[in-house]
Amino acid sequence: MNEPIDVVRMSDITKSFPGVTALEDVDFSLRRGEIHALVGENGAGKSTLIKVLTGVEQPDRGTIELDGALVQVRSPQHSQELGISTVYQEVNLCTNITVAENIMLGREPRRFGSIHWSKMNEMARSAINRLSIDVDVTEPLGSYSVAIQQMVAITRALEVLSAKVLILDEPTSSLDMHETDLLFDVMRRLQNEGIGIIFITHFLDQVYQIADRITILRNGLLVGTYEASSLPRVELVAKMLGRSLTELDAMSRVRSQAEEEKDRQHLVEARGLGLTKSLEPVDLELNANEVLGIAGLLGSGRTELAGLMFGIDAPDSGSLIVDGEKVNRFSPLESLKRGIALCPEDRKAEGVVGDLTIRENIILALQARYGWFKFLSTPRQNEIAARYIELLDIVTPSPEQLVKNLSGGNQQKVILARWLATNPKVLILDEPTRGIDVGAKAEIQKLVMQLAEEGKSCVFISSELEEVVRVSDRVAVLRDRKKVAEYGGDVDDKTLIQAMAGEA
Amino acid sequence: MKQRSLFRKFRESQIFWPLVAWVLILLFDAIVEPEFFKLGIIEDPVYGKHLYGNLVDIFNNGAPLMLVAIGMTLVIATGGVDLSVGAVIAISAAMGAVLINPALGNELITNDILTRNATNTPLPLIILADLAAGTVCGLWNGFLVARAKIQPMVATLILMVAGRGIAQLITNGQIMTIYYTPYFWFGNGYILGLPVSIYIVALVLLLAWVLVRKTAIGLFVESVGINAKSTFYSGINEQNVKLLAYAFCGFCGAIAGLILSSYVHSADGNNNGLNYELDAILAVVMGGTLMTGGRFSMLASAIGAVVIWTFTVTVYSLGVPANALLAAKAVLVLLVILLYSDYSRRFMNRLIERRGPKPDATARQKRVST
Repeated sequence: MNEPIDVVRMSDITKSFPGVTALEDVDFSLRRGEIHALVGENGAGKSTLIKVLTGVEQPDRGTIELDGALVQVRSPQHSQELGISTVYQEVNLCTNITVAENIMLGREPRRFGSIHWSKMNEMARSAINRLSIDVDVTEPLGSYSVAIQQMVAITRALEVLSAKVLILDEPTSSLDMHETDLLFDVMRRLQNEGIGIIFITHFLDQVYQIADRITILRNGLLVGTYEASSLPRVELVAKMLGRSLTELDAMSRVRSQAEEEKDRQHLVEARGLGLTKSLEPVDLELNANEVLGIAGLLGSGRTELAGLMFGIDAPDSGSLIVDGEKVNRFSPLESLKRGIALCPEDRKAEGVVGDLTIRENIILALQARYGWFKFLSTPRQNEIAARYIELLDIVTPSPEQLVKNLSGGNQQKVILARWLATNPKVLILDEPTRGIDVGAKAEIQKLVMQLAEEGKSCVFISSELEEVVRVSDRVAVLRDRKKVAEYGGDVDDKTLIQAMAGEA
Repeated sequence: MKQRSLFRKFRESQIFWPLVAWVLILLFDAIVEPEFFKLGIIEDPVYGKHLYGNLVDIFNNGAPLMLVAIGMTLVIATGGVDLSVGAVIAISAAMGAVLINPALGNELITNDILTRNATNTPLPLIILADLAAGTVCGLWNGFLVARAKIQPMVATLILMVAGRGIAQLITNGQIMTIYYTPYFWFGNGYILGLPVSIYIVALVLLLAWVLVRKTAIGLFVESVGINAKSTFYSGINEQNVKLLAYAFCGFCGAIAGLILSSYVHSADGNNNGLNYELDAILAVVMGGTLMTGGRFSMLASAIGAVVIWTFTVTVYSLGVPANALLAAKAVLVLLVILLYSDYSRRFMNRLIERRGPKPDATARQKRVST
């Protein structure tokens, strides 16, 4: 502890997969008691580096030192035994067993050969108290929000596996501001205890808020490791993207306000649209040529609203009018036929079909509209896939690549392509930029604005106010499953935050 | 170079591994019992000249299982399973037997009438009723799984148990003997010296292939099997996709029942198609379709069924008593599972790639560069 020894030192790590080199001669070190941010675009090699460190993948070349001693991490389990714990972006715990069981899984205290339940609950309770969150450890994990589940995952990594290296992979992407602060408190405390933390995130604010050092990867190569205090933010982004951000600034809107068209017919009108226990009646209008932003915290009803408009669930009150016609049958297929598309929030569970190819994923919705028997010919499929891969700049060696092998941002683009191929009039995007890198984020924002200019009506749901404000012509705010306010596109973050938080 | 990549394509296709399994069994036969492959031509009083021999028997006797495996493939690809196919076979057989019975609708039933080799029901109608019965069974399963959202194993278990009862209700609780020569043609007849059942399998396979691969159905089935929720969110009615898969499986079971009852000249509610569901699942697994759903190949499953029957005939020809067959089959299952494990596949892939290192090295380079 006297001298600043690196707790982890990875040298010359190289790893290639068929067709791509994921990492090439990457060096990475983590000091004791340090919070080290690992940043980079999608496909930069962050995940692969972590997989090498945690034994999921074996490097083709390179060495890993732990506390100065050369180690070979054989498997994820072995890495845990070595004191390296990971909390992933998607919570991978069992939602159907209790919080305590999740925390203590595999380390249950035993008495007479069977589990000592009361002791186990007690241990879990004291473990979770460290994060000062209010959780009943005997409740099933599934009854808590994703944010709490994430906290439980961290608790498990910390307490049970007694980690000295903690890897947090996009831990904050599903947390609200308060929960994020809570997490940061915990991270700082752990830092003081001498634990090294690798923090992977796309939120640059958070990088500067908490990280001591920053390592940047791009296309499998190391760009560099920097002290956070000496790296200006603009420079960080420029290094990540390998290009300047002026083009991003240039796209701040200059749009002619077509106010004269004000009393034209709305494309979609929701009148008192609601569903018991899910969303209180909402009035909302969508117009062509316009982006409607929807701001709201987790659980504010934003996803439910999107689901009702797209026909995932049928409303039990109010009505939905599309193109002047009242909607009677609610289903994704009906919406598809009416020209309404939804890019769902949960990309993995509701978006991509992982074991199908990019081509098949892209044509899926279009084929659904054509029905079972009018099968798109292979040349036609290839043509559509090729067009959207180019248009959206999807990074892949071939359209026949399985979608599950793509990075998050590229998967999101595939889902966008799926819906754009059906040429929808209304495009609802639920958290389209969640968990994807700055570059792809900017591309998607730009695309949404471009689509609106081409005459589409876009609904942009996001918890990042900055991007909601930048992209939207109008912003609706939801709070506690209710629509509480609606503003013009010139609204500032502060007003929105007040509306979302309920402080007038 | 071109041939090389063609071979690679073949090796990566789903039919490669079941073919390997088949060839291994045939090799075993060739070594242990060369007589196994003897083929001859025989003159049959009813059906004329035709081929005979173990290989012909394998395909003729294996035809019902091949049909059931084809249907089962689609169900398993959606992420489900159909345990009721054996019972559907029995129902279909019972349906045929009852309709053929010339005493149907008559008050008077005498042995004389029953053995007259005649029927009052036209043959096309009998076939149609058979197929309809099977399809209705399939629709019922599909309804339980897709609409009532019951787990496939539980849902189809209902008909697996009840189906044999229904078959017995149809035949009034008796084993019904069938006396009607035209009906026997399906299980015993020959076209151009080959069994009719082979043609039926080929026809069903072809039709199914057109239905599944020349329409979007195949894509939808795979999509549902991989991620039903995403599929639903993409505007596909995943319930109807499942309904279709189960209905098709029932339809295939009905054809199998037709051939089986024709083959044994009777309908027995308790024994027709006994354990077929398990053999069919084994055949599908051998064909490389995952039990969790997704990518499927009906041809590969059919080859899997052939493997099972080749194995069965081999075991019989070795003189193993019929009642020990199940134990021998257990060995087959074990071998299949071992052969299909990731480890052994990687091992065998390496073994194959090591052959002919020169063209392979260039092929690998090419793959990296693309």
